Parts: sequence; C-alpha cells; structure tokens
Amino acid sequence: MAKRRVAIVGTGQTNHKSHRPDVNGQELIHEAVVRALQDAELSINDIDAILIGNMDHFEGINYVDCWSIDGSGGYHKPIMKLTTGGTTGSTLAIGGYHFVASGMFDKVLVIGWEKNSESDTTGAITTAFDPIWDRLVFAGAISGLAVEAQSYMAKYGATDRDGARVSVRDRKHACNNPYAQLRKEVTLEEVLASPMLADPIHLLDVCPRTDGACAVVIASEDCAETITSTPDWIWATANRHTYSYLGDVNWGELDSIADASKELFKKSGINEPRKQINVIEMYQPYSLAGIIWIEDMGIIPRGKGAEYIWSGATDMGGELPINPSGGVIACNPIGATGLIRCAEAAMQVMGKAEGRQVPDVNFAVSTGFGGCMWTDMILHGKNKPNL
Amino acid sequence: MENLEHIIIESGKAVQPFHYSVGMYGSKFFHELKNNRKFVGVRCPKCKKVYVPPRQVCGECFMEMKDFIEVGPKGIISTFTILRFAFIDPETGLQKPVPYGYGFIKLDGADTLFQHFIDVTEESKVKIGARVEPVFSKEKKGTIKDILYFRIID
Amino acid sequence: MDAAIIGIGMTTIEKNKIACNYADLAWEAVNKALADASITIDDIDNVITTSSDFWDGRTISCMAVGDACALRHKNCSAVEGDGTFGAAYGLSRTLSGDYKTTLVTAHSKGSESISSIITNAAFDPIYERSLGLDMISASAIQAKQYMNVTGTTSEQLALVSCKNHKNAKDNPYAQLPMDITVNDVLNSEMIAEPLHKLDCSPVSDGCCAIIIANADFVKKVKAKPVWIKGVAFCSDAYFMGDRDLTKTIALENAAKKAYVMAGITNPENEIDIAEIYDAFTYQELMWIEGLGLAEYGNAGKLLEKGIFNRDGKLPVNPSGGLLSGHPVIAAGLYRIAEIVLQIREEAGARQVNAKRGIAHGVNGICGQSHCVWILDKEK
Repeated sequence: MAKRRVAIVGTGQTNHKSHRPDVNGQELIHEAVVRALQDAELSINDIDAILIGNMDHFEGINYVDCWSIDGSGGYHKPIMKLTTGGTTGSTLAIGGYHFVASGMFDKVLVIGWEKNSESDTTGAITTAFDPIWDRLVFAGAISGLAVEAQSYMAKYGATDRDGARVSVRDRKHACNNPYAQLRKEVTLEEVLASPMLADPIHLLDVCPRTDGACAVVIASEDCAETITSTPDWIWATANRHTYSYLGDVNWGELDSIADASKELFKKSGINEPRKQINVIEMYQPYSLAGIIWIEDMGIIPRGKGAEYIWSGATDMGGELPINPSGGVIACNPIGATGLIRCAEAAMQVMGKAEGRQVPDVNFAVSTGFGGCMWTDMILHGKNKPNL
Repeated sequence: MENLEHIIIESGKAVQPFHYSVGMYGSKFFHELKNNRKFVGVRCPKCKKVYVPPRQVCGECFMEMKDFIEVGPKGIISTFTILRFAFIDPETGLQKPVPYGYGFIKLDGADTLFQHFIDVTEESKVKIGARVEPVFSKEKKGTIKDILYFRIID
Repeated sequence: MDAAIIGIGMTTIEKNKIACNYADLAWEAVNKALADASITIDDIDNVITTSSDFWDGRTISCMAVGDACALRHKNCSAVEGDGTFGAAYGLSRTLSGDYKTTLVTAHSKGSESISSIITNAAFDPIYERSLGLDMISASAIQAKQYMNVTGTTSEQLALVSCKNHKNAKDNPYAQLPMDITVNDVLNSEMIAEPLHKLDCSPVSDGCCAIIIANADFVKKVKAKPVWIKGVAFCSDAYFMGDRDLTKTIALENAAKKAYVMAGITNPENEIDIAEIYDAFTYQELMWIEGLGLAEYGNAGKLLEKGIFNRDGKLPVNPSGGLLSGHPVIAAGLYRIAEIVLQIREEAGARQVNAKRGIAHGVNGICGQSHCVWILDKEK
C-alpha cells in the first residue's frame, strides 16, 4: 500500500459539445482547470505539478504538455504528459495519485482533454494500430467493439436488444447531467431502429464525438482535509494493458478488466463487489460492454449480465447504479473521458453529484478503457483507507 | 466579441510520411507471403503458443521465439462484423465502400488471430466458426494487401 | 530519497536500425537492463514506457512495445516526452510504496520519419506552424540571441562539437565518433545561421531501459545501486515570443529544486560529471549555465580552458552527448544510463572520476521544459 493517503479534492469539466469552435484547445483546457480550482477553492499558485493528456493525432499537436501552458497553468511549473489512448484520462488520474503518494508533490492538477471535432476520429484511431499488420485492414474503434460483441453473443446468447437496454439506461441518466453532450431519452425501439454501423452495433449503441476537457485536483492527506470536508479517498488503483496485437485478444471476455478488478478488490479488501460498491462510472463506449464487462469485473456471474441489466439494478435507484452521469454513450472527448469517469465517481463520494447523486456512497469505482482492449481502474472511498 | 465569426484554420494537405521497419520476423512473413503465398507463424518455446503474425517476443512468457512454422492458409472465422458505415481508408484517405466484412481468422495451426477483410457476398454464410481461405492479389507486393480478403469455403 | 537505479540497458545508437522495429529495440534494452541488475522479469512489478505518437507515426505508440516490456500482467503507464520525464514518473511510482521495482523504457527511431515535419507539429497550428518553423530553425533563433547577449562565439560552439564527437570515440553505443577541428565545424554546411551541420545532433535510432528500485529491494539484490538524490522538472511559457530565449528560467527552477533535494549548495564544486541534452552545440553551454555549473555567459570560456573535457574539472558529456547520437525520446534516458555507468566505474575508456553526477533531459522547443536528475554513489 501507499506510504501516505491521497484524495481527490476538486473536479471541473467543460459543458461537453460536439463542436466548440468558439474556443481553441488551450482555452478549452482552461475552462476545466478554472472549474476544478474553483471547486477546490484553490488558486493555480497552490498547485505543485500538472499532468496532462490527450491523443496526439486527434488535434495534430506534438508536445501537448509544452503547448498547453497558457490553458493548463503550467507556466514555471512541473508538467508532464501521459498518453495511453482511450485510457489516457484514467491513466492521468492514476498518475496524479502516484505523484502525490510518492511525496514528490502535495497538490497535483490532472487534465484530460480532446477536441475530436478537429479531425477524423476514426482515421486517427486507425493509426493507433500496428502500421504493418493491423492498420490497413482495421476498421476503426466501432468494428473492434463489434467483434467483441459478436464473440460474446455467440458464447452467451445475448442480443442487440439486451445492448439497447443499456443504451436506454445511460441516455436516460445523461438527462440528469448538465455537462453531458447528449441529453435525450430514447426507447428500446429507437435504438434498435437506428442505423446498423457494424453488426450488432447500432448508431444509438455507441458514443458520439465530443469536444471537452476535465480537470481534477489530487492532494495529500496533510492538506486534503483542509481543502474540503469531504475528500474522495483513493483506496487503490490497478490497470492492465494486456495486449499489443488485436489478434492476440481473447475476444468476448475483457481480460484486462477481469485482471485489474481482481487486483483492485484484493488491494482494498472488497470481497463482495456487488454489495460493497455503491456506484460505478464505467468507460463503456458501447452498450453491450455494459453487460459483458460487469461479468468480467466479477459483479455478476458469466452469462447473467443481461438479466441483471433488465432487472433495473443498474438504473438510478437500483442496487448498483452504473453511469449516473450518462457515461461515454452520452459524451466522449476521448483524452478526457477516463478522467470524467474518475471525476464523476469522486463527485458521488463527495456528495457533489447534484441531480445525479446516488445516496450514501461509501465506495465508487471508475474505469478507463482503450488501446488494445485495455483497462484502468480506481477505487474511490468516503472513509480513509488503511495504510 | 459574441458576434464574431468562428475562424477555423485548415492544416492543409500536408502529410507526415513514415517508413516503418517491419523487423526480421515480419520480413520473413512477408517474403513467404509474397514469394510462396504461404503464412508463417512462430512458436513460443515455453507455452508452445503459435503466434501469427510472427514476432520476437511471447508477451505471455517474455520469451524470445525462433521456431518458425507454416500455418494456414485456411482457417475459421473466430469473430467478425460487417461494416455498414463509411470509413476512411488510412492508405488513401478516401472512404471505403460499404458494406464489407472485417474479422479475425484463426489460421489452421495458429493460436492467435489474424485480422483481415471477409467476403460478404453471401452474408448468411458468414458466421463465427465458418471455414475460410485467402484470396490473393495478382500483384505480389509483400504487404498485408497481398491478401485481398478471406472467403467462405463450403 | 529511498530509491536507486539498479540496472540499465542500451542499444547502440545508429543512423538507421532498419532490421529492428520498436519491439525489437525494447526487447534488447530491457533484457540488458535485467541482466545488468542480475534480476529476472518476475522481479519487476510495474512498467513505464516512454514514446511519442508523433515520432513513431502511430497513435498510442506505447502499444508497440507492450509485449517486449513484459507488461501483460503488470501495472503500467506511458509517458510522452523525454525519457528523463518517463523515469521521473517511474520514480514516483516506486516512492509511492505501491511498487518495489519500476522498469522504465524509452525508444525512438528518427530514421522512420522526416524530423522537420515532426518538430514543425510542435508549433502552434494557428499562429506559427505555417511559417515553417522546426526545431532547427527555432534553435538557430535562440542560438543567435544567446550569442548576441553573452558574446559566446561560433568557435566556442564548434569546440563543443569537437569535444563531444571526440568523446564518442570511446563510447561503443555512440553513432558519430569523430576527430574534428573547429575549422571542420565552421566549414560544415550552414543549416540555419548561426548553426552549421556539425553544430546539430544527428537523426538517430535507439532504445534505453533503466530499473528503479526502492531501498528494501536494493538490499536484496547484488546489483550495484546508484542512488537517486534529487529529481525535478519545470516548464517555461510556450510561445517563443513570450519567453526570453536567452534565459533558462525553467532549467534553473528545476535544478534548484533538485539541488535542495540532494542537499547540494554549491553545484560547481559538488557535481563531478554532467550528461546534458546537447541537441545543438550552443545548448550544451546554455544548459551548463542554467544548471548553475558556470556563470551566465561564461560556459564558452570555461570550455576553452578545458574544464568540461573528459580530463577537466567537470566533464560534460563524456559519452559524446546527443551530438554523437540523438534518439529523440530516449536521449535523456541514455544520459541517466551513462551517469549510472560512470558512478559505478563501469564506463570503460570514457570513465571519469565521479561520485555524483547530473543527467538532464528536455521537452519542447528551445528547451521549454527541463528535467534534472542528481545521481550519487552514496545513499
């Protein structure tokens, strides 16, 4: 375990939209930074170090850490860039945790951002994959997810109707979130009638393209409790970037979230995740993942995910609400997305989630997904973790 | 300020060309593919898993692999999808015609999956577990595009 | 700090390692580092890879080296920027108490792209990029201004090149070992006034790996530890026009903080060796001054006196530096590895007498962001 306790003490995000032509990248970043500092009632002078991340080829800017200074507040400060694809936002949060836990810094500002409107998102995602083997035949993120869904459906008999139920849930939840890009309820029939993009994934099963930024302030125990009376304590982090090649992936089961969950729960003494965890903010870029991945996490037995979703247990007011924010299906500024999950989980623990607040949150989980079917995870808690 | 038109700066037609090293393992694969229309994989000395495309390291065992073996050319569809939306071809920058099949093929004798296009002329036959064979291009270039696609064999 | 570097591994730095992809390079460097530390991959409990999506021509460039860095069943992360920054994050993970050993890698293959197009993308797309700036032209502007303010001469710049290329003759990893004269440098092609071809570092391929361990783990292994005494990094403003390019405020801030951590009050006397990010000749002199190892504007004169030669009072870049091989993202991690070898007295023919040294890395344009490492034989 860590040498000293670490907590999230403030969060901020932009009002995410499909296009933000009214601001440039630095200005978009600045909006989130100002909101996070306001939330923590700190000034930029209080910040000891900054971590920032996005995916380079969405905006085409090399050395984003250096370029961001006017927006990020990194002038004459330590600033570093982390980038791991879709997991970038969660990777950044885990980085902020280690910066503080190490004792190197007391207050760290973590920023994830993306202006997906500035390029062809699918084209840029395609260049993520091996230029020799994967790139020329890979068909963008949706097809990678579609083959996962096909594998799972072949093994466990789920249908696109089951997936649609997840989409209906997330899109309904998003109506409670003023920051979400898409805030419109849909019906099962509307999801199923929306255009088929890549079998079995319909247009309304997947995330949109978004311009947005998120910032989170992470602090050591020494100062966390003076900054806020309700810090969100980071109990544990775990991640797995299991594969380098898509062809090596064990399709139909997300090995990375299975392994990371085991480690996360073991580190923090969670024996019955379904009962002990009160809310999950999951980086779930398409609907069927909301069924497959809760099985991989060990929350629901294999093959029982759809039944659990249909029971309403993961809806607001249910046993274990998932994505009260509306999740990724409602909003996906990629480099920020994982950090938004972390910020939303923190808000739940801190009691700041307003219209989307789940009552009495003791433990929350946030996840990141991306790369070659990779996962990052954070366990957030209301009470201080043991050292 | 509020009434100003939003200005967008175009990056222009500039490109960043790259020449990627394939490495010796991949080079062996492409030589065999180009000259003999054969698929080559590599076996891990520890876990015995056969990787295609071949590469130096078994990620599971952290072992160097040297044992090249021929796999395929036939195999089965392990998982797939049919793309029904326009997608930018990274080689040309143009939109690919839809629909087209894309999937992961388990080549005979291999333990990992090989991704490529799948012919969907007879859509009902495209299923997980269906047997497929490669259709090669006339031109022998020594790239992944020497395979046009995989097609269903009855 | 309760952490040490217990193993390093470097590939040779070459103009074009055409036979190797990124994973091949990483595999070589990682295995060398493990062998150097006399441990196995099972002793490593987390991994940081350092790469750049721009330099590698690939979004999520870290994906290419995952298997070769053995991170399949381990916690991991990826830094984009110089290897000294990757190592700084790796250090924080070790110090956090969550991990005992962090493997840090950094790789780059400049041979696979056109460097000026890659570095052009570091400039602001709205105001600067279309003006055609790249790392060399921007650096030339900085060099001109620095020389104008300090009186540093082209001959002094040339002398840096002579020293470093000569040092490289004793470094089996270096790309450009050469015996050259000041006149050779001054007569080499003028790339961008005042920088001649031999004032500039080459385009290079290479990968470096280091292993950072906590004090408890160090006790358990037979590797010779080199202790980490201070690490700090800092950035200046972004737009060149917002900065005084003749000053090195970010480097001074980082250096001061690192010295405080290491308990150093008089760096000129307390530092025995420095491996510095000399992407261009003038930068070695500027960074020496920014690190407090010479008075402002005085590094050129000290260089002429031989202070920074391998047999001088403060050897700078006895490896040959970036001028003798510059795999962009990996370059700073090579600096750390070189200091480790020197402190362990395993630097072969380029060995100097050193117990405490500085390794230095840079991100961005004209030294916008710096990372400073103080390494020591003693804990």
